[in-house]
This record gives sequence, structure tokens and C-alpha cells, in this order.
Amino acid sequence: MSEVKKIATRDSYGNALVELGKEHEDLIVLDADLAGATKTGIFKKAFPDRHWDCGIAEANMTGIAAGLSTCGKVPFISSFAMFAAGRNFEQVRNAIGYPHLNVKIGATHAGISVGEDGATHQCLEDLALMREIPGMVVLNPSDDVEAKAAVKAAYEHVGPVYIRFGRLAVPVINDTPDYKFEIGKGIVLKEGTDVSIFATGLEVNEALEAAKLLEADGINAEIINIHTIKPLDKELVIASATKTGKVVTVEEHSVIGGLGSAVAEVLCEEAPTKMTRIGVYDRFGESGPATELIKKYELDAEGIYKKVKAFVK
Amino acid sequence: MNNLELQITANEIRKSIVTAVHSAKSGHPGGSLSAADIFTYLYFEEMNVDPKNPKWQDRDRFVLSKGHVAPGLYATLAEKGFFPKEDLTTLRHTGSYLQGHPDMKHIPGVDMSSGSLGQGVSVAVGMAAAGKFDNKDYRVYTLTGDGEIQEGQIWEAAMWAGHRKLDNLVVIVDNNNLQIDGAVDEVCSPYPIDEKFKAFNFHTIVIDGNDFDQIRAAFEEARNTKGQPTAIIAKTLKGKGVSFMEDVADWHGKAPNDEEYQIAMEDLKKVGEALCQK
Repeated sequence: MSEVKKIATRDSYGNALVELGKEHEDLIVLDADLAGATKTGIFKKAFPDRHWDCGIAEANMTGIAAGLSTCGKVPFISSFAMFAAGRNFEQVRNAIGYPHLNVKIGATHAGISVGEDGATHQCLEDLALMREIPGMVVLNPSDDVEAKAAVKAAYEHVGPVYIRFGRLAVPVINDTPDYKFEIGKGIVLKEGTDVSIFATGLEVNEALEAAKLLEADGINAEIINIHTIKPLDKELVIASATKTGKVVTVEEHSVIGGLGSAVAEVLCEEAPTKMTRIGVYDRFGESGPATELIKKYELDAEGIYKKVKAFVK
Repeated sequence: MNNLELQITANEIRKSIVTAVHSAKSGHPGGSLSAADIFTYLYFEEMNVDPKNPKWQDRDRFVLSKGHVAPGLYATLAEKGFFPKEDLTTLRHTGSYLQGHPDMKHIPGVDMSSGSLGQGVSVAVGMAAAGKFDNKDYRVYTLTGDGEIQEGQIWEAAMWAGHRKLDNLVVIVDNNNLQIDGAVDEVCSPYPIDEKFKAFNFHTIVIDGNDFDQIRAAFEEARNTKGQPTAIIAKTLKGKGVSFMEDVADWHGKAPNDEEYQIAMEDLKKVGEALCQK
């Protein structure tokens, strides 16, 4: 079996910015002393005059981006999710969200897959925070193909967009001729009848792998990639939940406030369905190699398989 | 405008401020009144703006970082003709476009929504950087409070503005020495303010911010300053023009009742009459 191609979505971010930068003179990339890690350094190399380092001052970077956007620029601000969404929450809400400015937030190093840096840098709350802001689009791509498409879609969308990227290299799974990215549209990757698994980010691949294990046990899972946390593809969520009668959400994020909550909100009101949320359970992360942490937190295929199997019984 | 015309205009703006806040039954008259002369000079003398075309791309920009003194900005914009003066009495009323804090989405002439302290200078810095990048001639002004500069983000913005040599940017500090909890130097002293901005590579000018000769000279000096942004530390009198509000911290964020409103308007009427005798 040939080696699966793996790419971290932060690399996709840097590469996609370069492609967009070639076409769009109004695109300006801001970073806060993390250009090497967020991969905006790739853009800096190609367009040095349109890459502005703000130093270690994320709040100011956010305000600068707001000002730039009022002057017709399309700024992408870049930092780790912890700082881009966490430290910056109020700046993003009041200086970007409230005036609905055309600013894009590229947040890398999300989730426990940050790895060794540990809890202070493993943002598990960003989807919740960003989802709360009126008018904010929240994207969480699952691989390189989708991340690049998300960056392009974010540029084309007029209004604020938050995009979550990871540090860990993850398998390329959307490398298919018919792949199409549309903000707000989930993608059914595998049809099934026994349970609907809605996954997002790097958990999409883990869910696909888990489906194979479930299949061996005679459980036919439907796997749906939810790359847009907001606006959520309600129709698809309701349709799949109604079909299978059982719903599981999987995210590398707290089970409070992210995909699981978003799906639960829709189903509670419009199609009550038995449901369980897989994610990080009201706790902080810790140091360790990323793949080990994903296993430890039972966010790998094996962990998902066990939980889904117990749930559908 | 000559100084007398500016003084008369500022006095009309002060009447509008008091009237708007009285009608709203809440709001921030103290800092609006202290900064009224600066607002007047900016919109009637300094800034290149067009009330008929508020989104004109090459206009000068203004960010009210101390967004709570929205009544001061709104009164000035109305006086300049951006929207009808009569609308000022709808300030803070349900359904009015005149929100408690500046809302760029709905108020003609407001270049940035603001109100959460400490953030406006960063936005002005972004506008100034965009102007430099595009080789535009427009200038960017932002008004911050002397209490507001306790916010750390102000200094992040100052550091970057100085670093990028944004000489199209003017930060004005309304130094009325009072914040909600009392005198700024008793709550958490920001002094020396000019030395701080100097340390962040700003050109600094300290003036009496209620004196049009000094205001005019400061903005001219800022315009002629190249290679660095300018900070104008404007020493002002909080509540200026209304006898019982002057230099009283309690009038930071409260509206006059009907009786107080009559006294305030009488005070300002007398100022206006005295100016007309000149």
C-alpha cells in the first residue's frame, strides 16, 4: 500500500495565501511574530511588501486589520487559535464582528494536536467563541485540499471569516475530481443507515477510518464532513439524523460550544434525535506528541469506533 | 474659520451635546464637552471631509477611540451637515440610528464603530498604514482619553505606529484628568503622557485643548512633522462650558435632569451671547 500523503493545514494556509496574493493586490497578510509557524512566512517570501509583522501584539493586529478593511483592503490576520480567537475575542467581536468588516482570521495550531507545547497553546474553545459572534463565518477544513479551498472561499466571501488550521500533518482525503467546497454545505463522504457521524477538521479522516472498523462489526455509519461550523448545514444535519435516527459529532475541540453543540441546537429544536458528542470533555490539554495525545483523548479512529459502537447498541 | 467662528461653532456643538444627553436621559456629557473644541477644529478646519459624500475614499479619517463621547462626535457631525441636527434628540432611543457608542454601519460620517476602550488607536493605525501603502494623501486622526490610555492595546498601537513612521497619523489625548472613579493620577497615573509617547517614537505636542490658537498651531505642527506620528496631549476641562459639570468626575456618564438642563443651556447661551459681542 502506498504511503498516504500528509500535509498540515497550516501549510495549506500559507500556500493558498500565495496563490490568492498573485491574483489580488488588495490582500494583506498580518502576523504577530509567528510567520514561521503559521506559515504566512511563505507569503512573506513571495510578497514582502504585503506581509506586515505586528510583533507580539495580537490585539493591535486585529485593530489594524479592521482599519485596513475600512480602506478597502482584505486583511488576513494570523496567529495561533489560542491568541487569534482566545486572547482576541473582544477585539474580534467589537472591532470586526460588530461593524461586520471584511477581515479574515487565519488561526493555526488549534486543538490538542499542537502537541508538546501543551495546554496553554492548545485552543479547544475557539469554535465556540467565534460561532457566538453575529455574522461570523466559521470554517474548519479537514485536509490540504479543503483548507486551500476554504482560504479562497474566505477571500471571496464579503464579511468576517474565521478559519481553523492545524499544526499536525494530516492525510489528504479530498483529493477527488468531484470535490467542491461551498461555505455552509456539508459533504456526505460515506452514506450509511445506522448512525450519522458528523465530523470536522482532522477528525473527518479519523471518522472515516472508524467507519471501516464499524463496518466490520456490521454497523453502517454515514460520515459527513462539516467544514463549516457556521452557518451550519442544518438541512443536511436534519436529513441525515432523520434517516439514521442516531447522531454522533466528532471534533478536536471542547464538546461545549463547538460542532457538537451546534448540531444539538438544531436537532433539539427541529428533529430531536438520540445523540452523543465526541470531543474534549471540559478539560485542558497537555504536553505530548500530537498523535499520542489524539489517541490518549480517544479522538483517533479506535476511540471513535469504541464510543460509536457503545452508543448504537 | 477664524477663532471666533470656531468658538461660536463649538458653543453650538456644546448645546447639542447637552440637549442630546438630556433627551437620552443617559450618556457621557463630561468628556464630550471637554473635547468639543477639538471636535470643532477637526471637522471645521483640519479634516478634508464631505458631508454629502461621507464614504469618499480620499477623505481624512477620524476614529473616536473614546467612543463613549459619541454625543460630542454626533453633535459635530450634525453641525457639519452629515445628518439633521433634530435627530440628535433620538440619541440612545430604541430604534434610533444614533447608538450609545459610534456605529459606522448606520451613522453617516462615522469612520469606525468604537466604544470598547483601547481599540480605536489600532484601527486608526491600520487606516494610516493603508494610506501609506496606497500612496494616498489622506490623514488619520484618533481621539483617546487620558483614562483610556491605561489600556495596554494603546501602547501596542503606539509602538507599531512609531515603528512604521506613520506621519499621517495624529493621536489626540483628551487630557481632562478625570475618569469614572476619580482623578486619573489617583486611579492609576498615566503621567507623564508626553514622555510615554515620545518613548514610542512619536512627535509630541502638549497644549491647552480648549484654546483654538494652541489647537491650530498643534495640528499645523503635526502636519509638518515627517517621519513619525504625532501625539497631541490636549489638556482640557471636563464638562467645559456647563458651570456645574466643570471638573466634576461625576458628570462623566450621567444626564442632566430637566432643571439642570435649563441651567446648562442658560450657561451656554450666555457664552454664546458673549461671543457675539466680540
